Amino acid sequence: MDMEASKKKLGLKERYNHLTRGLDWETTYQPKEKVFPYTRYEGIKIHDWDKWEDPFRLTMDAYWKYQGEKEKKLYAIIDAFAQNNGHLGVSDARYINALKLFIQGVSPLEYMAHRGFAHVGRQFDGVSARIACQMQSVDELRHAQTQMHTVSNYNKYYNGMHSWRHWHDRVWYLSVPKSFFDDAMSGGPFEFVVAISFAFEYVLTNLLFVPFMSGAAYNGDMGTVTFGFSAQSDESRHMTLGLEIIKFILEQDPANVPIVQRWMDKWFWRGYKVLTLVSMMMDYMLPKKVMSWKEAWEIYGEQNGGALFNDLARYGIRKPKGWEQASIEKEHLSHQAWAVFYNYGAAALFHTWTPTEEDKDWLSAKYPDTFDRMYRPRFEYWEQQAKEGKRFYNGTLPMLCTTCQIPMFFTEPTDPTKICYRESDYQGDKYHFCSDHCKDIFDYEPEKYVQSWLPVHQIYQGNCFNPGVDPTAPGFDPLRAVLDFYHLNFGRDNLDFEGSEDQKNFAQWNGHGAVGA
Amino acid sequence: MSNVFIAFQANEDSRPVIEAILEDNPNAVSSASPAMVKIDCKDRLVIRRESIESRIGRSFDLQEIQLSLITLTGHLDEDDDQLTLSWKQ
Repeated sequence: MDMEASKKKLGLKERYNHLTRGLDWETTYQPKEKVFPYTRYEGIKIHDWDKWEDPFRLTMDAYWKYQGEKEKKLYAIIDAFAQNNGHLGVSDARYINALKLFIQGVSPLEYMAHRGFAHVGRQFDGVSARIACQMQSVDELRHAQTQMHTVSNYNKYYNGMHSWRHWHDRVWYLSVPKSFFDDAMSGGPFEFVVAISFAFEYVLTNLLFVPFMSGAAYNGDMGTVTFGFSAQSDESRHMTLGLEIIKFILEQDPANVPIVQRWMDKWFWRGYKVLTLVSMMMDYMLPKKVMSWKEAWEIYGEQNGGALFNDLARYGIRKPKGWEQASIEKEHLSHQAWAVFYNYGAAALFHTWTPTEEDKDWLSAKYPDTFDRMYRPRFEYWEQQAKEGKRFYNGTLPMLCTTCQIPMFFTEPTDPTKICYRESDYQGDKYHFCSDHCKDIFDYEPEKYVQSWLPVHQIYQGNCFNPGVDPTAPGFDPLRAVLDFYHLNFGRDNLDFEGSEDQKNFAQWNGHGAVGA
Repeated sequence: MSNVFIAFQANEDSRPVIEAILEDNPNAVSSASPAMVKIDCKDRLVIRRESIESRIGRSFDLQEIQLSLITLTGHLDEDDDQLTLSWKQ
């Protein structure tokens, strides 16, 4: 290509156009559909890939420059944190349990996102789409790595962070985020970007990162705030791209609208269910609380999502099914989730506790219609039991929802005193669901979800014991054998915060000055 | 119509950007949370390169805001001189 040399530097739009329009070529000895075999079977029709644009118009040189600067800032702080015993500066050792949940549940998803975008980045026919996916794939790998590096400074001193990669594929509650991403990865490339770029990054990611990182800041965790906000600066790009992707697909062909709407219904609900873990983190796990789950849902769900779906109405898109139910559940979600983790505190890789008096007053103020009436008595009963030396640990495995894999503790949208049960029959077997929306997702693709690796089923089938374990041996304790299989250090990684090694060490180290060699 | 918003880390790099936004967008409202500042604005919000440059006394590439950006909503359009967030309806 001949280009006239010009004295003036190219503008942003011109640079981006050269990168994304000038570098591709037409295939000659293979047809396009054989080079890009996955972009047609989902039914999405694309007529002009050049309509896909990254609104930030980021070119590779700018990408590496800014990402490099972000890394330098972050690692300077990680070093300072490690050198100055930053872990002792957090509000309370209970806070560290929120970080355990993060490294166990969220960081592995960053790595899966890296793989997912590398995969779809190969599959899309258009150059802009491939470049956007390539950048996001590198971003996600950076997130996984910076999170590991930050949290490793806690892992030196506290329990519950040592084998997170092993846990991600095995532990009951971690199958919730794992199955979410596996479900997206095993969809086609368009479903993957609608699921991850739009439903998760655009609609829901603010609810994960913004309260988590503001919470970290408020609780004195400098390292986590910094990796969080460093990642979040990339998320802003991912979110913007998520919206562009949706507009691109919808504008290409009217036949795409119903397909996208169905994916939005599905992936909003799948993502929202994963955020159940965030709701209890905000309301119960942060010693110093920033905002309630209910408030976060109102700001980032109802207001922001409301504006978004209002805008998308011009394409014939409506709010996802399940949107109204999420708004009803905002009064209940975190309380029900924390109660379940309190029950299963012997099988969780972080500590649980009953809320303090101060916590309970905060919860009453934030949830005036539900906390005192429905949840305070339950926690106070358990608190009393624990005082009498009868701390309650549930030893019976829960029934799981086949779609979201969360124990079936959610209540009926119309009656918060009644557990919600739904079921479907498929090829002679019965499948159980926590909600109408999880049932709908299954009913549309039963052949996919009958393959779900449900932790409770796997335990009962004997698939969660270490090799060589003999379940017929006298005195065999199946639950302890499962925890061994998890690599859970009984009495250190699990059980109540009260009396834990983390609690004792944190108090001792803070009382007797610096820890270390 | 709806609000658009943009949030930055609360730091020295973002301070002149936030000041410029608040001056250039009379409807913009800022609110501070731990470590971050969120700016809401009805319908449309503009970030102008020149307004930032006049505060910091050097040339500024608008893409530098990526270093302290936390989140945003609305349709984004960026060129060398300004970044706009808006809802179409």
